[in-house]
Amino acid sequence: MTDMRGAGAGRASVSVAICGSGGAGVMTAGNMLLDAAARAGWYGLMVRSSGPQIRGGEAAALLRFAARPIDCLDDRFDALVAIDWQSTHRFADEIPLDVRSLIVADPDQGEPPDAYLAGGARRVNVPLKQLAKAIPGSWPNMVALGLAARLIGVPAEAVRQVVTKSLKKATNTLAASLAAIDAGASAASELGAGLALEQPPERPPSRWLISGNEAAGLGAIRGGVRFVAAYPITPATELLEWLAPALPKVGGVLVQAEDELASINMAIGASYGGVPALTATAGPGLALMTEALGLSVAAEVPVVVVDVMRGGPSTGIPAKSEQSDVSIALWGLHGDAPRIVVAPNSVADCLATTQWAVHLAERLQAPAIVLSDQFLGQARTVADRPADVAFIGERLTAAEGTEAYKRYAITETGVSAMALPGTPGLAYTADGLEHNERGIPSSGAADHRAQLAKRSRKLTAHDYGGQWADIEGEGRLAVVTFGSCTAPVREALARARAEGVDARLVSLRLLAPARPELLAAALDGVERVLVVEQNHGAQLFRYLRAECDLPRATTSYRHPGPLPIRPDEVYREVLEWSRR
Amino acid sequence: MEPQMTSATATNAAARAPQIYKSDYKPIWCPGCGDYSVLAAFTKAFAQLDVAPERIAVVSGIGCSSRIPAYLTAYGFHGVHGRALPAATGLKVARPDLTVVVAGGDGDGYSIGGNHFLHACRRNVDLTYVVMDNHVYGMTKGQPSPTTEPDWVSKLSPAGTGLRVFHPLVVALAAGANFIARGFSGDPNGLAALIAEAIRAPGFSFVEVLSPCVTYRPEQREWKASVRPAPVAPTDDPARAARRILTDDGFNIGVLYRGNRKPYQPPVGQGAMRVAELEKAFEI
Repeated sequence: MTDMRGAGAGRASVSVAICGSGGAGVMTAGNMLLDAAARAGWYGLMVRSSGPQIRGGEAAALLRFAARPIDCLDDRFDALVAIDWQSTHRFADEIPLDVRSLIVADPDQGEPPDAYLAGGARRVNVPLKQLAKAIPGSWPNMVALGLAARLIGVPAEAVRQVVTKSLKKATNTLAASLAAIDAGASAASELGAGLALEQPPERPPSRWLISGNEAAGLGAIRGGVRFVAAYPITPATELLEWLAPALPKVGGVLVQAEDELASINMAIGASYGGVPALTATAGPGLALMTEALGLSVAAEVPVVVVDVMRGGPSTGIPAKSEQSDVSIALWGLHGDAPRIVVAPNSVADCLATTQWAVHLAERLQAPAIVLSDQFLGQARTVADRPADVAFIGERLTAAEGTEAYKRYAITETGVSAMALPGTPGLAYTADGLEHNERGIPSSGAADHRAQLAKRSRKLTAHDYGGQWADIEGEGRLAVVTFGSCTAPVREALARARAEGVDARLVSLRLLAPARPELLAAALDGVERVLVVEQNHGAQLFRYLRAECDLPRATTSYRHPGPLPIRPDEVYREVLEWSRR
Repeated sequence: MEPQMTSATATNAAARAPQIYKSDYKPIWCPGCGDYSVLAAFTKAFAQLDVAPERIAVVSGIGCSSRIPAYLTAYGFHGVHGRALPAATGLKVARPDLTVVVAGGDGDGYSIGGNHFLHACRRNVDLTYVVMDNHVYGMTKGQPSPTTEPDWVSKLSPAGTGLRVFHPLVVALAAGANFIARGFSGDPNGLAALIAEAIRAPGFSFVEVLSPCVTYRPEQREWKASVRPAPVAPTDDPARAARRILTDDGFNIGVLYRGNRKPYQPPVGQGAMRVAELEKAFEI
């Protein structure tokens, strides 16, 4: 990240946006470009951005490539390839261009919106539509694909492989598309505006192309989830759609519910039956689920909810990312209701963190909320093949023959053995009413205190291991963050280090229960702390202030979505905060 | 596990007594409450079916009648208000080997849980839903429910609700319930037979039970003079069933509709693919 422009060896990272109206095939071209770069050994990331229309609206594929794993967008784009300009001014905030940027525009599609030209980007004309028209059966997006691939140095063979794979059943279209790619590549050669990437590793390790939503779904299955209840909601739907055909293959089942109240209660019902269960949703759905999450706490029935956060409150900005469900996840239940809240900090980490959530929920017989977000969920990334962590659901169950069985026995760990329906002699009622150790409803003070303490103790006494946070670097300044802000903070700190400012990164994967002692140890020797998050209300900052003993010099840097937290803004903030 | 299998099929020669399904926990209900008889009817029905207590799960929401799981010796789930049907749906789909019974009242089932009632009927999971309908919210001390008459006066409805009464049986029929019956708590033996038949019937079985609230609706004591066996045999014709249900006076007791829709039970535990196979789709 120290030198974006690189030397003769090529650029460390290149960012390209492709935009156009709905139906122009922007996303297809973007996905193919990412796939081709991946086959050629590079790493990369693609974020989809679209207008408010359901279908047919303008779209932008935001791509970034590098020779090493990449988990966030850059501060700016090196190139914007526009198939057309229809309503694409909406993306100007998301596609920052400057004097070093290149706009590739079709002169037949009119003038680029001023917002794109304001930064002084160089504009070059390529008649994408005409080039496509000259090849019957081809489309401008394939010309754009060939052009973008050549610009960044992706070998033509990799592009041809990807296109051939996806069009193998349509031989006429395939031939036309391959010709269009060549036409685009030739046009790029004539521009003399190389954005060539540094070469990828000669023998890249085994890698995956995966979205965060898919990764979370796979993590759920790896963790042992075999029942999922689903109610569609942007941006969590793809997670559920991935699970729908996948679960039956491994002996599980997905049921579409009539609403989120039903989906969470179905999941809890299945889990009561002994089958690890999950649902996925976004903020509005999580709000509806909070009552039943309290039931999961009180009745001690494990359940996992993946919240793919989007702009809120209310319907908010459904298709854009924001880390603004921190407070509802941490505090949103009535009563004293301890729950587990974890947050993946990269697209690929959605896998391991969701798997961990299943493990924790099952082990601790409690609800676990996974705070993903639209960026992590919908971005597709090239990642090193995720290691298979050993976390699987391990629920403490009671066996037939248990004498004087008490479902809610007060134990040292706080966890009590659960009898699964079908076990002779241990029938009990799981109850959201406060109860005694046997599960009989009780409004007695002693039972209430004992059960509250037990449910709290089982979470606080648990050893969460090293994955509670990722801690990197040294320095008297630390940035504490979580989730999708982690990657831009990491890049910002690498830049600061190059400027002689050392700082530590603490990316929290476990948000609840709070771990004040662990955080204090992670901040040992740190004098100044910057808490970085993507929301308006400083939700994480306030939580950490309440729960942890932070240095006096702790401040917050945040802004709400839809714009991502970018490396450069964090870098500037770190420099300023270190000098103050 | 065979999805079509009716899990309550009697297999054991040594019949079980109703008493074994009772728990040692004393009900909180008022003296004279109709729900005592429904509780007795459940134990008799389970005994008739001769199903082992641990193979039964009784799921409920919130309300007087929803306290019933704890009074039975069976696996119980006493969840949140209005959400018994989704919890039971999740349980039955995940564990088709269990006999899953759902119990609750008119407020829980037709008001706060109304949406789930519709979708449970149309989904047709092999559940039996027993609603103890007393036309009032009893636990909160006497407010009108969806089945309360429009001119019934209470603290919360000083001038009556003025609202049309909800008709659960015809709603269930329209939404696709596969078995529809009306019972009366004053006839525990007849009710036990109805519940047993409902449990045996595949798919979603709905039993609306007239169960008087003697505290807030003392006039319901007179229901015993009004009920009568339905003067017709069950039909599998929805149009005929609709006419019957819409035109009777609400006191015909018995099975009113018996459909032949296939229950919803996606296969579970059958796919044997290794997780590693699923992961191949992500490899570059």
